[in-house]
Amino acid sequence: MDDSAAKPTQTFHIETAGGASRIAAPIAILIVLVLALLPMVAGRTLIQDFIFLFYLLALAQCWNLLAGYAGLISVGQQVFVGLGGYLLFALTLIGGLNPLLAIPLAGVISALFALPTALIVFRLRGAYFAIGTWVVAEVYRLVFAQIKPLGGGTGTSLTPSVTSSVPGIEWVKALLDVRTPAARDIVSYWIALSLVLATLAGVYFILRSRRGLALGAIRDQEGAASGLGVDIYRIKLAVYVATAAMTGMIGALIYLQKARISPDAAFSVLDWTAYVIFIVVIGGIGTMEGPVIGAIIFYLMQRYLADFGAWYLILLGTIGILIMLFAPRGLWGLILNWRDVTIFPIRRRLAIRAVPKKRA
Amino acid sequence: MTGWIDAVIQGVLLGGLYALFAAGLSLMFGVMRLVNLAHGDLIVLAAFAILVIATKLGLDPFIAVLVAMPILFVLGYALQHVLLNRTLGRDLLPPLLVTFGLSIIIQNGLLQLFSADSQRLRSGAIETASIPLGGGIAVGVVPLLTLLSAIAVIVLLKFIFYRTPIGRAFRATSDDLEIAQLMGVDHRRIFAVAMGLAFVVIAIAALYLGLRANFDPTIGPARLLYAFEAVIIGGLGSFWGTLAGGIVLGLAQTFGARIDPEWQILAGHLAFLAVLVVRPRGLFPRVQD
Repeated sequence: MDDSAAKPTQTFHIETAGGASRIAAPIAILIVLVLALLPMVAGRTLIQDFIFLFYLLALAQCWNLLAGYAGLISVGQQVFVGLGGYLLFALTLIGGLNPLLAIPLAGVISALFALPTALIVFRLRGAYFAIGTWVVAEVYRLVFAQIKPLGGGTGTSLTPSVTSSVPGIEWVKALLDVRTPAARDIVSYWIALSLVLATLAGVYFILRSRRGLALGAIRDQEGAASGLGVDIYRIKLAVYVATAAMTGMIGALIYLQKARISPDAAFSVLDWTAYVIFIVVIGGIGTMEGPVIGAIIFYLMQRYLADFGAWYLILLGTIGILIMLFAPRGLWGLILNWRDVTIFPIRRRLAIRAVPKKRA
Repeated sequence: MTGWIDAVIQGVLLGGLYALFAAGLSLMFGVMRLVNLAHGDLIVLAAFAILVIATKLGLDPFIAVLVAMPILFVLGYALQHVLLNRTLGRDLLPPLLVTFGLSIIIQNGLLQLFSADSQRLRSGAIETASIPLGGGIAVGVVPLLTLLSAIAVIVLLKFIFYRTPIGRAFRATSDDLEIAQLMGVDHRRIFAVAMGLAFVVIAIAALYLGLRANFDPTIGPARLLYAFEAVIIGGLGSFWGTLAGGIVLGLAQTFGARIDPEWQILAGHLAFLAVLVVRPRGLFPRVQD
């Protein structure tokens, strides 16, 4: 009897990792090790530069998850940076908590604030959502400018007793033989490094999960995703709240390092949203690799061109526009056009192999 | 009591200014579904253009704006034709990010050219002139002119939209782009004309912005938010709604300022959010989006 018709001639399975990501894994571990040990050899300026780079990368990953995957293009993410920063100040200065405890708590409270905020701004769609989030950020800025115990419109500073109460400073001083300010920076550096790794891991696991598959579907075609049973509203809400928590923690850390906060700086659309959008767009929106590339490029531009002031910002705006017009998938998109590589294995592809025929 | 009556009058007049800010935004959305994040900075840019024309040629701002209008029309036409037409499509991100980039370029370009100093348009006696209404209440001539201009702009826009061939093309492209193209409408040119027209409205808004208060290169984003709030409060796609939205916003800000001067802007934003909660489609909705 001929039963070959019933037998499959091909097998199908889903692959995520590619050649590059298998090589990338050990390299990534090596890079993390080098970064962790960097304070042993690096000077204070380099450490501060790296802290800045880490914040931006973490913020960019959050914005990318929000805008690149969930389609929630927000120009108001500064609201959670500012909220996280102010929460850190309130919890440590008024609540007397240790800063290390205040950072995760700031994340939780940011998420609690994000929920009612989302219920209002989610009434706006698309581009209107963008401006709506900006209005909300302005509301928070104006409200914090009214809170007198936190310095009102002029802002306030962390007391030295708070900034030096971060655990590990004495230990670093003794171990590396540095003065207190340098030890503070090194501890901040390690916290920032852990936070950026946690953000990367968080985004990675979200995207690898069932939810992530739904998010990728929303990114590619929202209508089709909805038709296949993805609950768009719930997923978008979940992503908004999750990124609010992450952004809030990053904000708390940023202002622990800065030790001085004011409403205008904490809720600055330029510093915490425009730069972040630039990073994601130039690197490649809707990929995990893009923001990493974008953050490194932005860091280099900031380091060498920021002295040009207004001209530097004009240049950033122009590059952003040109990328959007001529390479909307960013630099990582250009690399993908040239060769199909993956560093963070979050894409699922169908692998088809022929079944070797058995001889009868 | 007189204080509150005064607040109502001043609020309505302030609403005229916000309606002028919003009319340009409403026009861009109405025709090409473009949400322009650089709108506020364009108003500030136009105010500087009027300032330069007025001082270099020794003209009154009311005359200088007439000189600025054709220049701004051409600028708007070119901006849409060269840049913004390339960003239109199914994807939301390009127009948003391109106009966001434009906003940063305009702001910093103006900073570079004119420094961060506050500027003002000077028009002699009319600036401080006022009409007494009795009972200690007076209406400033410039605020009154602002409201009347806003009404005139809206009447004119409605006339253009509903009584002229170009208006028919505006409505056709807005209703169904593909069918309009099939009927031989060159949508790229239509969009460019609409943007040119929006820039003329921006010039009028800029005139009153500069006459009523000081301005500097950094105040654009706040004007964008006011314009946006007026459009949403009024309801998308309705020109009269935009005027109503501007007035609601102006009233909220004036009432807030009466309670505490620091609450002016906050009260406006809160009124906007309240409308969003109660009537998400605005007070006078027309189109669905």
